[in-house]
Amino acid sequence: MDYFFELFFGGLTRGSIYALIALGYTMVYGIIELINFAHGEIYMIGAFTALIAASALSLLGLTGPSLLILAGLIAVVYSAAYGFTIEKIAYKPLRKAQRLSPLISAIGMSIFLQNYVLLAQTSDFLSFPTLVDEFAFMEPVSHIMRSSELLIVVTTAIATVLLTLFIKFSRMGKAMRATAQDKTMAMLLGIDINRVISVTFIIGSALAAVGGVLISNHIGQINFYIGFIAGIKAFTAAVLGGIGSIPGAVLGGLILGWTESFATGYISSDYEDVFAFGLLVFILIFRPAGILGRTSSEKV
Amino acid sequence: MGIQAGLIIRKAASEIFRSALVSCWFMFLTFPIMVIKVNPLERTIEWRWMRLVWIGVAAFLLSFVWRYLMMRRERGSARDESESWQARLGKRIRNDRKTSYALLAALGLFMVLFPFTFSSYQTQIMISALMYVMLGLGLNIVVGLAGLLDLGYVAFYAVGAYSYALLNHHFDLGFWAALPVGASLAFLFGILLGFPVLRLRGDYLAIVTLGFGEIIRLILENWNEFSFGPSGIAGISRPALFGVDLSLDQHTIYLYYIVVALVLVTIFVVGRLRNSRIGRAWIALREDEVACQAMGIDKTRTKLTAFALGATWAGFVGCIFAAKTTFINPASFTFMESAIILSIVVLGGMGSIIGVIVGALVLILLPEYLRAFSEYRMLVFGASMVLIMVFRPQGIITGVRRRYQFRLSESREAQREKDAASA
Repeated sequence: MDYFFELFFGGLTRGSIYALIALGYTMVYGIIELINFAHGEIYMIGAFTALIAASALSLLGLTGPSLLILAGLIAVVYSAAYGFTIEKIAYKPLRKAQRLSPLISAIGMSIFLQNYVLLAQTSDFLSFPTLVDEFAFMEPVSHIMRSSELLIVVTTAIATVLLTLFIKFSRMGKAMRATAQDKTMAMLLGIDINRVISVTFIIGSALAAVGGVLISNHIGQINFYIGFIAGIKAFTAAVLGGIGSIPGAVLGGLILGWTESFATGYISSDYEDVFAFGLLVFILIFRPAGILGRTSSEKV
Repeated sequence: MGIQAGLIIRKAASEIFRSALVSCWFMFLTFPIMVIKVNPLERTIEWRWMRLVWIGVAAFLLSFVWRYLMMRRERGSARDESESWQARLGKRIRNDRKTSYALLAALGLFMVLFPFTFSSYQTQIMISALMYVMLGLGLNIVVGLAGLLDLGYVAFYAVGAYSYALLNHHFDLGFWAALPVGASLAFLFGILLGFPVLRLRGDYLAIVTLGFGEIIRLILENWNEFSFGPSGIAGISRPALFGVDLSLDQHTIYLYYIVVALVLVTIFVVGRLRNSRIGRAWIALREDEVACQAMGIDKTRTKLTAFALGATWAGFVGCIFAAKTTFINPASFTFMESAIILSIVVLGGMGSIIGVIVGALVLILLPEYLRAFSEYRMLVFGASMVLIMVFRPQGIITGVRRRYQFRLSESREAQREKDAASA
């Protein structure tokens, strides 16, 4: 039974990370109908920035949770800045272009960012410093759940609740929903579309950075390629739950996390990614709108 | 006069200020990753301040270029494409028979003499460039003509390579026997993978094909009994020439001619396909799916043929790849390979055959000869994909759409002339 719970919490952790990244995908897709292929790279840049910031700050004598929080904050700010800039360079000029153009541009951006980090830093795995000690109160259950896992799950829950409240009740959230429904109409009603899109990218990137920092802290090593697989899987999660829907992204992330965790635990660990991609293909073929998504018919 | 000069100065000052802002922003943005390098083992940090200066200067200058190009883009969209110098040059070459024949003959001679004038190493590079030409033309059917963004194209390439490698390993089958087998297997896989994704819209299709590509690579990597896992298959035999014993250099030359011949076949077939009924159906499908169906085109069949025919070429090239390197493993078939082929198609000009050829030669040959910059290859690929999409979405060379003009009097005259000539 312990093994089951270990897998369960492992899946929950993974799922939470997927959910954090998937939120960014789903928000961007909801508003400009673009698969932001470079989103996984934002997550990777977040992890790298946190690692660099943590190393630099630890020279100043900072340690423990304050170091994690400060490095995490720096990573979030930087990732948000990257997300903002990427949108301005690679997507904004293409808003009126054919459907495939922004997607190809996004793939180009993703390749560019990967190689930018590869060349400026290193292609090796870097070990991420352990920033959080095991919590004392987690001692009795430490064999099935680590403290860093608890941190991930709790942070994801808080982030999701905050995001939902923001979108539901704030002025900007309302503007976002309006833009997602009908861009032209929103524009006619005096909503600054460019600002809404920028804010969407900033929030999505910040969430991805949070995910990047937490998972690196949990796993303990990063390299320039982590964003690719994480990005694809988070996208799978977003599609699974129904792209454009925020609870859907979280649900999709959790389902994907558990599927992977149990499949690798009980069947075979070699085919971990095959299960994820297989699930993606399966879902898209039989329920293209996802679990919580609505099917929209195309107007001619 | 004084007022005008003042205006110009004020304008220039504001432009410089904007560029300075951009420059500061990029210096901020790239600061942690470009400047700080952590050595995790010794727990030390290396500061590389010079890079910050370079970034600042480069961003300052590039922001001028960017804004100028954006301005031109906005103005250019109103202008007709046929006015551009490329279009005029293309038209002149096409219309002037003598020049075009002379150019073709020179090119043909160059290609024939290439392996004798250049070293074996150069020939090897040329072979791989020509392989990418074929891959690009194959993917061009799927992406450029039919408008289906296939990010898992490398899977079919892997199918071709592994079918030759495995057939050769287990049954000692030669290159010429394996070539059609590899191509037909890739064709089958194209249909197999094409079927489930038919219902999907453009961007979903891209992700699912990417997923398929990764699944195939992962299976090849993990199914040791079948594919020998990550260690791959070695000792694949080179193509045979009627039992003649060839040295290594001669083999290279022989393979070069095989590839040149196959490229010619590919160009011919793809060119004919594009102007055929099915080719026009692909283009129609790309432009507007609903209108296309309303005109009575079978969407399923059209998409499937695009997928399968595109895959066939990847199968061919896969076999050649296995024969060229005599060793394959799953690491040659990553997503990056798909991305390179895609950038060839995008850069060259989607739908244009000459464009794809030029794109492949530029993208594969340039990094080979600019060795010093070869590590920046993927960086430049990525950046150029973005820039091409923003500033020149039609690629280096625009695909020329066949135009039919209905001019009653002239067409009758032409018909009469033709009749007279044939009689």
